[in-house]
Amino acid sequence: MVSSDIDSAFVEFDHVQKSYDGETLVVKNLNLSMAKGEFLTMLGPSGSGKTTCLMMLAGFETATHGDIRLGGVSINNISPHKRGIGMVFQNYALFPHMTVAENLSFPLDVRRMPKAEREEKVMRALDMVQMGEFGGRRPAQLSGGQQQRIALARALVFEAELVLMDEPLGALDKQLREHMQFEIKHIVDGLGITVVYVTHDQTEALTMSDRVAVFNDGVIQQIAAPDELYERPRNSFVAQFIGENNTLTGSVTKIEEGAAEVTLDDGEVIDTVPVNVSAVGDRTRVSIRPERVEFDLSRLPPGAHTVNAEVMEFIYMGDTFRTRLRVAGNDEFIAKTRNAPGQNRLRPGAKLKIGWHPQDCRALDA
Amino acid sequence: MSAATRAGPVLAADGTPLKRSLARALRMQKIRALLLVAPLLVFVLITFVTPIGQMLFRSVENDLVADTLPLTVAALADWDASAGELPEEPVFNALARDMIVAVREKNHTKLGTRLNYERTGMSSLFRKSGRQISRWDPEEDAPFRERLIDVHEGWGEIDTWKTIQTHSRRLTPGYFLNAVDMQLTPDGPMAQPESKRILIKLFGRTVWMSLVITVTCIILAYPVAYLLANLPLRKSNLLLIMVLLPFWTSLLVRTSAWKVLLQQQGVINDTLVWLGLVADEARLVMINNQFGTIVAMTHILLPFMILPIYSVMRTIPPAYVRAAKSLGATDWTAFWRVYFPQSVPGIGAGSILVFILAIGYYITPEIVGGTKGVFISNRIAYHISFSLNWGLAAALGTILLVAVLILYWCYDRIVGIDNVKLG
Ligand SMILES: Nc1ncnc2c1ncn2[C@@H]1O[C@H](COP(=O)(O)OP(=O)(O)OP(=O)(O)O)[C@@H](O)[C@H]1O
Ligand SMILES: [Mg+2]
Repeated sequence: MVSSDIDSAFVEFDHVQKSYDGETLVVKNLNLSMAKGEFLTMLGPSGSGKTTCLMMLAGFETATHGDIRLGGVSINNISPHKRGIGMVFQNYALFPHMTVAENLSFPLDVRRMPKAEREEKVMRALDMVQMGEFGGRRPAQLSGGQQQRIALARALVFEAELVLMDEPLGALDKQLREHMQFEIKHIVDGLGITVVYVTHDQTEALTMSDRVAVFNDGVIQQIAAPDELYERPRNSFVAQFIGENNTLTGSVTKIEEGAAEVTLDDGEVIDTVPVNVSAVGDRTRVSIRPERVEFDLSRLPPGAHTVNAEVMEFIYMGDTFRTRLRVAGNDEFIAKTRNAPGQNRLRPGAKLKIGWHPQDCRALDA
Repeated sequence: MSAATRAGPVLAADGTPLKRSLARALRMQKIRALLLVAPLLVFVLITFVTPIGQMLFRSVENDLVADTLPLTVAALADWDASAGELPEEPVFNALARDMIVAVREKNHTKLGTRLNYERTGMSSLFRKSGRQISRWDPEEDAPFRERLIDVHEGWGEIDTWKTIQTHSRRLTPGYFLNAVDMQLTPDGPMAQPESKRILIKLFGRTVWMSLVITVTCIILAYPVAYLLANLPLRKSNLLLIMVLLPFWTSLLVRTSAWKVLLQQQGVINDTLVWLGLVADEARLVMINNQFGTIVAMTHILLPFMILPIYSVMRTIPPAYVRAAKSLGATDWTAFWRVYFPQSVPGIGAGSILVFILAIGYYITPEIVGGTKGVFISNRIAYHISFSLNWGLAAALGTILLVAVLILYWCYDRIVGIDNVKLG
């Protein structure tokens, strides 16, 4: 499903820029192409330009520069109502003066669909989100999760091939959110539609998407499948933003194909995979995931470097243990271990050596 | 387990019923709140409720006849007016005694004026006979029947006595009947003579013109409110100031300005003549008629329509229209089917506000209304300060008040007053 083949691109941003005030660029040179049927998530901190991108695609904002293409056709000058793009808004935007059924039949009505056909489609859409009995209610009489389903049904009822969702689950509590994530994914997969999804919840992004585009400051930092993004972040922003991450700073002292030796600021030496470093002497931030930290040095490959650590705190979390360590002057170095039989429960103050597989440790930009 | 699970009232920790101790705890709060509003309450009672209540009561009050002619009223009680004969001597006797007292206390002309509302000629009857009766002695000059008829032939007319008898009751529906172009005659309520029927027409005109003003206000205010709610903040603030600007100008100045603009030698006519659109001798009459009143009042009441609509529109999130467009609606459909219905409470609020203000408006119609463009309130003012028929003025005012209250009630039933947002 994942495709970077430009010929088959369904949605395409081509050197798109956007500025609201003529002084600052909110979106800087965005290039993105999506295949049909793909579920792409835009993930990023607040103010990074995600909604802006979505609005440009939907037609409510115009790109200051560049081209947006849908099915190969530039849509810059097509008004929003002719784009045929379904949209789920953050606060659902269900019309409060219409019943649920009227809300759903609105897009069919404006397309002049005959009544019988309209009713049948509305019923089918309601059944799809398991809200069959609620057609006669007003949106205000529904719970948040129910409103969410109706909003989804309304965006799907007119059979749009592309559906945009701007933080559709932002207003729901955690449990309901997880349930709805699953349900949305299930429904859109079943229909085979293309989805652009905006969130700033990284778990949501990782669990639902085919690909995730990480935004920061109007630039896509990395666009990749969830596992790639998590395991091979391309820069330190992505590493920090996705999942938990330990950072150590130092400079490159030796570099060869696929491996770099980094001397940390306190003089210790570690092995890393070079990502954003190219020459000896480059400053770098090294990233290691907490669950890849190894206490059992016998499991490391021969010759791997180890570093000294001091236990600051031990936190029992049921299924896992979190150990906060001081490593190379960093007090916030976390190691996560599975609660397995015989796993050592460390005491604060204990001094020990830890290590990791060189490929789990990535030397990123400083 | 606890007190709540046992039968009987729930008890507080000290054994008193929970309800009572709660009431005691709340009482202090209530007293304190009452003390805080007390000055305002007294002020409102003294300056608002009491005078209005008194004024409204005047619409049915009719003490003057019974107070000035107490003996006559008593004597007339068993006179049968329908028999077609003048009352007997005791009635004339009573009248003479009453009049001697009334003239001494200078009440007789007041009574004459009062009865003149009901029957023309009564005023002069009382004024003229009063002068002579004052010299009579109640004992020596009796009998009075012939003497009174000599003094003024009015006393020999059955209708004079009928009028006194009819209006001798202390509460009267007469003013209300007058207010709807009827009168209380000895034979019961009857329509006024054709020439005196003006009030119903005036009520009708007031309502009709208020409606026209309300509708014009809606048409003009809606786009302005829309701009206010949708322009960027800097521009909309400027626009809001322009909307509020009239509030900082005296009402009289604004109304007079319309006079300058609309009169036949005014700016608009001059311009039209200069452009050659209107011949000099056929200058448009745009003032001192209904047109003038409608134009000036629409201008003056416009902010009261703009602000409620604006405040409702401001709360409509832009996401609704966007959603409608993303669902395939054209700009117009999105507006008409999604935006407009949500702005209707604002129109409702503005409309009752403007209509209620318009229906009782006084100054503007007075200045620019001429004779054809005046409202019922101008008539009320006339009765208060010129004809001094306060009873009729009060009856007209009461009808106006009740009409507005009914309107308000209807609105509350249909739209719900909770939906009205004024800011
Ligand atoms: N209509 C607008 N006019 C001016 N500036 C805007 C407008 N909308 C957004 N911005 C600015 O553009 C930047 C990006 O906004 P955008 O709404 O795209 O962020 P976002 O990534 O969706 O953030 P969030 O996660 O908080 O929704 C922000 O700095 C914001 O202040
Ligand atoms: Mg956003």
